Amino acid sequence: MSGAFQGVLAFVQAWWVELLCAMLILLVVPLIAGYIVLVERKVMADMQARLGPMRVGPHGLLQPIADALKLLIKEDLIPDNADQFIFWFAPVLSMTAALTSMGAVAFGPWFHVARDINIGLLFVVGISALGPFGIVLGGWASNNHYSIIGAIRSTAQLISYETTAGFALVSGFLLAGTLKVSDIVEHQRADNVWYVFLAPVGFVTYLIASIAETNRAPFDLPEAESELVAGYMTEYSGFRWSLYFLAEYANMIVVGAVGTTLFLGGWLRPFPNVRWLGWVDAFPALLLVAVGAYCVARAGKQPVRVQRLFMWGVAGLCFAVALIFALAAPVSFAPLKLAYAGLYGAFWFLLKVSAYIYIFMWLRFTLPRFRFDQLMRLGWHILIPLALVNVIGVGIGLAINSALGWQGWMTIVGMLPTTLATIFVGMLLIRWNDKHAAAASAPVVTEVREAEDSYAG
Amino acid sequence: MADTIHDTAPHKADTLLGADELVINMGPQHPSTHGVLRVKLKLDGERVIGSECVIGYLHRGVEKIAENRSYQQFAPYVDRMDYVAAISNGLGYCEAVEKLLMAEAPPRARVIRVILTELQRIASHLLWLGTHALDIGALTPLFYCMREREEILKIFEKYCGARLTTHAFRIGGLQYEAYDTLEKDVERFCKGFDARIQEYSDLLTGNSIWIGRTRNVGVLNAADCIALGASGPVLRASGVKWDLRKAMPYAAYDQYQFEIPVGTNGDTYDRYLVRIEEMRQSRLICLQAIENIPAGPIMARVGKVLKPPPGEVYHAIEAPKGILGYYIVSDGGTQPYRVRVRPPSFVNLQALDKMIRGHLVTDVVAIIGTLDIVLGEVDR
Repeated sequence: MSGAFQGVLAFVQAWWVELLCAMLILLVVPLIAGYIVLVERKVMADMQARLGPMRVGPHGLLQPIADALKLLIKEDLIPDNADQFIFWFAPVLSMTAALTSMGAVAFGPWFHVARDINIGLLFVVGISALGPFGIVLGGWASNNHYSIIGAIRSTAQLISYETTAGFALVSGFLLAGTLKVSDIVEHQRADNVWYVFLAPVGFVTYLIASIAETNRAPFDLPEAESELVAGYMTEYSGFRWSLYFLAEYANMIVVGAVGTTLFLGGWLRPFPNVRWLGWVDAFPALLLVAVGAYCVARAGKQPVRVQRLFMWGVAGLCFAVALIFALAAPVSFAPLKLAYAGLYGAFWFLLKVSAYIYIFMWLRFTLPRFRFDQLMRLGWHILIPLALVNVIGVGIGLAINSALGWQGWMTIVGMLPTTLATIFVGMLLIRWNDKHAAAASAPVVTEVREAEDSYAG
Repeated sequence: MADTIHDTAPHKADTLLGADELVINMGPQHPSTHGVLRVKLKLDGERVIGSECVIGYLHRGVEKIAENRSYQQFAPYVDRMDYVAAISNGLGYCEAVEKLLMAEAPPRARVIRVILTELQRIASHLLWLGTHALDIGALTPLFYCMREREEILKIFEKYCGARLTTHAFRIGGLQYEAYDTLEKDVERFCKGFDARIQEYSDLLTGNSIWIGRTRNVGVLNAADCIALGASGPVLRASGVKWDLRKAMPYAAYDQYQFEIPVGTNGDTYDRYLVRIEEMRQSRLICLQAIENIPAGPIMARVGKVLKPPPGEVYHAIEAPKGILGYYIVSDGGTQPYRVRVRPPSFVNLQALDKMIRGHLVTDVVAIIGTLDIVLGEVDR
């Protein structure tokens, strides 16, 4: 008994940082996902000349919490003909995969669960590739034609775009020379350059592939609300549905985190090694103080007590974190320094992830949806060849750089010829694809049946 | 489920589904069947190999109701057929009854009718554009379209108090005189609207995803259109220059200069372009009409109780969705003996099966959208 207890104690003592991070992720990620939904609705409203949620809390700030409560108390429906267990299991699988893959994501210098894992990003990619199983199983278990079509679309789409994303990541791995998350970031600090500047094509292909991987518009064919009602989620309601929903947004955070880590310098601030830009370090604290002050100013105007408390709570959190930022420099207290490093890194990291996710939203509200064959054509005819060419191009660029002994900013110059060549190849691919795309829309009539089945369905 | 189908179907051999075939019921509750249209789709994978429209979920017996109402009483009912273009419906009905009465609305009334009807055409096309884009996955144009449509509806509201089912016209002319700032309101709308259409074009016309989703999708050539009786933008996108406003002018359309936009391929993209251009032309008609609204009475002398002489009349107008015809038989009484409506949506919907066969499920919603149907009008 005591042995078991001591074992647990020893485990906790050895892994308390990781456990803390895991707890933070488990608690905070669904909340962040909920707030990304709110931000998305606000961004959408902004682009569509509307206001978006305004009722629950100031500017709808409590909307995610109200939505979560509503979804929790909704009736839990499982269709009679559904496969009960798989129907129950599928959204859990999606959500688990999304949260687990968050484990290897580094939010700050020490701020990640899997600290010593030397295949970091591979782990993320591998685990998050399990998520689609949730979609496929959910679609299958629903026993609904729309769901099954959505599930099948999802399978094909995920297989195609995982490949692209994989190749795009390989170009980043070539530059970093490692798969370990923290090393990748530190290499970018050492190289004095974010890898997006060395492999822009890799970043763009990863961006596109990651939109497709997370089933976001214009690649949201598995859901395709105007065609398949809600695709694989058609039969889901209440909290099961919201698990899928949260998984989608958590996946956005994951792909954003991977893209940020590999291409955008992870938790580093812009120009981390430029000394005269050191004043940028004050930016997080100032921003948090500003947000906190706004919350204090608006708190008194909230009509309901819960809302006032919420505003005070947010303000308090902002001031607390700002205090850590402010005190870290003058006070030499080890845990404070540690907390500062982690939170400071997390600030920049989340800022970059937010920018990444903003691109998702921007595209979603601007572009029409692809058709399935067009999606496949884009994947296999353009993106996969382009990503492959890019891997070769980055390799050649690296060889040029090492042969000439260039380092730092000069590596961009070394990469330039192959980057331009890759872009040229991409344009050729697009032109070639366009030539064949128009014909693909024409109907394919295989057989004309005279006697139509009036009774089917 | 499949077994029960086979057991209850009368012709077993015909109704057997192949192992690779799937039947889905699109509608009547579906986000993009524009109301309560139900389309049974037989799919091979995602490819449509057969389809059947099931209509009637919104049937209200409008034509039968007409037989028990006086001519004036029935006028508001026609607004409920194509409820997004109520004014056009009203125009068709009022003119048909006027023809039956051998009366004619005064010039002032006719010009105001043209202004409101053309605004209604723009409003109807805006709603079509927004929902069509939404069907194809572009979320944002809907809200821009609604923003402009709102301005038009406000003009309607100022004119007759109603926004959607307006009952704006009366048999013999108009009930309401144009309000003081009608010309100014219409002019302000038209002046701003040109730039707004350009916004939609910027969002969609050159967008390669949009082109990919609409070009060569749902092709209907001119011969098919004529054979199926399709009319309106669907017909014109196939290259047939047939617009009743030019071919058989009614109201005051013979006074105005405007173009009839036609397409070449008869695909979804052409229908999109035709409708966009039609909005531009409608705007020009409105601008011409407000220049010179003749003075004079707004109501012809038709009497309080309408008793058309026995006989029958067919009158068709170019509604936003196509040719809207009214066939009215009078037995000399105060109520029509029979009213038959030729609704453009209903006739155009016939083309659906021909257009979606061989396409993917995704294209089905694009094609339903491009037909611009309103189920109130299909089912009546």
